[in-house]
Amino acid sequence: MKDYIKYGLGILVVVAIFAFSLLFNRDAAFTGTDDAGKNAILGINPDYRVWFQPLWKPKPETESMLFALQAAIGAFVIGYFIGFDRGSKKNLKKERRKKQIIN
Amino acid sequence: MHIAEGFLPPFWAIFWWLTSLPFIIYGVWKTGKIFKKHPEYKLTLAVSGAFIFVLSSLKLPSVTGSSSHPTGTGLAAVLFGPGVTALLSFIVLIFQALLLAHGGITTLGADVFSMGIVGPFTAYLLFRALRALKASLNISVFIAAVISDWITYVVTSLQLALAYPAANGILGSFTIFLGVFAIAQIPLAVAEGILIVIFFDYLKKSRPKLAAKLLGKLK
Repeated sequence: MKDYIKYGLGILVVVAIFAFSLLFNRDAAFTGTDDAGKNAILGINPDYRVWFQPLWKPKPETESMLFALQAAIGAFVIGYFIGFDRGSKKNLKKERRKKQIIN
Repeated sequence: MHIAEGFLPPFWAIFWWLTSLPFIIYGVWKTGKIFKKHPEYKLTLAVSGAFIFVLSSLKLPSVTGSSSHPTGTGLAAVLFGPGVTALLSFIVLIFQALLLAHGGITTLGADVFSMGIVGPFTAYLLFRALRALKASLNISVFIAAVISDWITYVVTSLQLALAYPAANGILGSFTIFLGVFAIAQIPLAVAEGILIVIFFDYLKKSRPKLAAKLLGKLK
């Protein structure tokens, strides 16, 4: 099997995992486990006083923008890496061809 | 796995900071050493950090009806070891704590400990053990990445249980927190494992020498 088919199938499985999660409970709110953790703490210890507030809290829209920014930074580096590899492979081939012509 | 700002009592906030700090410092030293001795690894190191950046920014739905983050630490742990991964995770988590109010400064020590230290250490040791048992590279990476993601959330549950024992003790609240974190994480961990294997397989084929060197270097 060609590599890109294998990789494509792998990504398909990943998509299927999350599609299944969404279809399996359509009415769920999908709140973050981080928030669920907060609620569990307050469930165990209702008297707990949060003693330190975040220095800055983004609005929900800004928050999703910043999350996207974080993903974009990472994706940029991964894309650069793959592009760099392709470029150097091409160059290598070209140089080999040149050498053959000279010889 | 982010424990919200202010949600660890001061004792535990300081305790986890002090536990994590030596690993982060070791990571800085180790990364500096790699950069100096092997400048050719720089790009590969950056790309394994980028993996943590991308994966930990995704909030994904789980079968439990809640959503959670993958960690992305498996690749860096297998290639560069847990020290470097601790530093990379620290950078990602500080970005999220300061800019996104995800996690916090007081809980950063605890978050680095679960995602940047226990997860990657487990991945690294599992990978070594599986390789010693002659498991294939891809299978070893897959299992290491899945467990690294999942164990991170088990550690978060334990950290919260230690700070908030229920009426029936630490074990009681551990079960409650596991119920919140650990089950929701299973499908995410598997998905993360698949993505990391795909990239690892690509890396192995596009840079065979580098991959062989990196993996052989692990002692």
